[in-house]
Amino acid sequence: MAQLQEATIKEVKVQSPRATMYMGMLKRFLQNKLAVVAGFFIVLLIGSALFAPAVAPYDPGAQDYTKIMNSPSAEHWMGTDEIGRDIFSRVIFGARVSLQAGLISVAIALGVGIPVGLIAGYYRGFLDEIIMRITDALLSFPSLVLALALAAVLGAGLENAMIAIGIVLTPNFIRLVRAEVLAHREREYVEAAKASGLRDWRVILVHIFPNTLAPMMVQATLAIASAIISEASLSYLGLGTQPPTPSWGAMLSAGQGYLADAPWIAIAPGIFIFLTVISINLFGDGVRDMLDPKLK
Amino acid sequence: MSSKDQLAVKNLHVGFQNKKSFTKIIDGINFSVKKGETLCIVGESGCGKSLTSLSIMGLLPKTGKVSEGEILFDGQDLTGLNEKQMSKIRGNEISMIFQEPMTSLNPVHKIGWQISESIVLHQKLSKKQAEEKAIDMLKLVGIPSPDKRIHQYPHELSGGMRQRVMIAMALSCNPKLLIADEPTTALDVTIQAQILELMNKLKTELHMSIIMITHDLGVVSEIADKVLVMYAGKVVEYSDVKTLFANPQHPYTQGLIESIPKLNEEQDELPIIKGSVPSPDEMPKGCRFSTRCPYATNACFNEVPPMISGEAGHQVHCWKYTECWEIVEKEGLIDAGMRETAAASQLIGS
Repeated sequence: MAQLQEATIKEVKVQSPRATMYMGMLKRFLQNKLAVVAGFFIVLLIGSALFAPAVAPYDPGAQDYTKIMNSPSAEHWMGTDEIGRDIFSRVIFGARVSLQAGLISVAIALGVGIPVGLIAGYYRGFLDEIIMRITDALLSFPSLVLALALAAVLGAGLENAMIAIGIVLTPNFIRLVRAEVLAHREREYVEAAKASGLRDWRVILVHIFPNTLAPMMVQATLAIASAIISEASLSYLGLGTQPPTPSWGAMLSAGQGYLADAPWIAIAPGIFIFLTVISINLFGDGVRDMLDPKLK
Repeated sequence: MSSKDQLAVKNLHVGFQNKKSFTKIIDGINFSVKKGETLCIVGESGCGKSLTSLSIMGLLPKTGKVSEGEILFDGQDLTGLNEKQMSKIRGNEISMIFQEPMTSLNPVHKIGWQISESIVLHQKLSKKQAEEKAIDMLKLVGIPSPDKRIHQYPHELSGGMRQRVMIAMALSCNPKLLIADEPTTALDVTIQAQILELMNKLKTELHMSIIMITHDLGVVSEIADKVLVMYAGKVVEYSDVKTLFANPQHPYTQGLIESIPKLNEEQDELPIIKGSVPSPDEMPKGCRFSTRCPYATNACFNEVPPMISGEAGHQVHCWKYTECWEIVEKEGLIDAGMRETAAASQLIGS
């Protein structure tokens, strides 16, 4: 028993404090089974999107008129669509579009939302007032309607759809960051930071900003999910990805007409949208719990 | 200002500016702190103690403004400095510790990092050297196994530990002046005593001046060399600590000291100071304490009391100790001649 204890103590001593901290964080993450499964699915999805040509059994654009609307089989795992294309291959290639849309539009929203929110919340005053009224105006539109209008103005296409979705998501981030900054700027550690001679920008970036990260992480994962749905919606309505590039939204839209005869055309991309969105949300929750130092 | 003064505050007026008007909170206070001396600023909530310290740090809220007077630090007037010059002094030559150790440390950074941040900023040391200095500082404030502690987050430490970390942070650049805004209020008494003892020890070791803001006269008796009693934005009494406790002159100071429970006497009820502090826009014209003072006369209500000096720099702002008090008490009238006699009065028996 005593030997065992000694061994454990030695083991602990070998690790540096930083390594122990990361181990603790990893352990906490692994305890969250749902998040692990979700993370696994996301990794799988990203992997197959990156290596789509190798993973997909067929060319997503290849038409085979001898196999129109075939139901799922060993040859075509998810069946074929109305012009004989392999749906599984199209779903794999469609993942590229969806993931890209989710990540890039959220990156746009974060890139604009974080600095604007930090400045509005920290300096308050007239500038804050103007920024907040603009975000109010943007938030007063239903988000899909606004995305639709922006995409229509910018022109159809994936890039423009991502920009439009990014703009629609931005006000949420501005509001969230600003609210967090407002809560933190009155705390004593911010005053203490100022009292130790730090300049404003350093107080904002080093002391306030990291404290806003946890809620932002959750909001960002939610936003990725909703960006994927928005992109699918825009593609469904013909303003996102243009044919023949496969996209989940466009596939869903195309499959709608054959719902009675060949439901798998719409069901396959639908299931993938659902799984991706829910996985990202669960994964985001797991990451938040992992990062919170108080949950050790 | 004598050459030994670390800080001299002269005729300081501070208030808040809103769109229409300027509300004065601090009305012409004077004091000085010598090198290696501890000054306690005492007074009840809202009397301008914290505002005084924030004015010295140049950290007044946006609407706050120093409208008059000067704050001389090493002979340099801090009120005239811009933000950039001020941030070189803050944390480096003047440091501050705050009331709430629970919220004064940033929850997302490790404490070693937080201490070394201002060391890197002001002393231009490398990160590695700063970390070593942080360990030394933690050792200095009596934290066991500091090399492990620097990797911990604030929530892993107790309140007393965190206040020690705050002190280590404040002292890391060897400041000439430390401002402590009620540093022990949030701690329990045993920890309180430890922290006060630590501050006393560090003061002599590092030869710095301390301004301690408190409303606890027990703390004052432990740590102060000099005491400044404030009431509603004005100084009412200024003296060294022994004189103040042995021979309090101003009725407000007397009231404060009387309202401390005594261990060697049986008391059914503690004496209190009746009434409450008047709000800044309805201050009495004369002595600000007159609305609550048991000795107040007409003169007290209408005329600002003169400063009366006694031995060893003891100062009281009160009509009661002027040579014409007897007349004032009876007649309640003041003419110019009497004002002159009053101002020339000496405080006897202090």
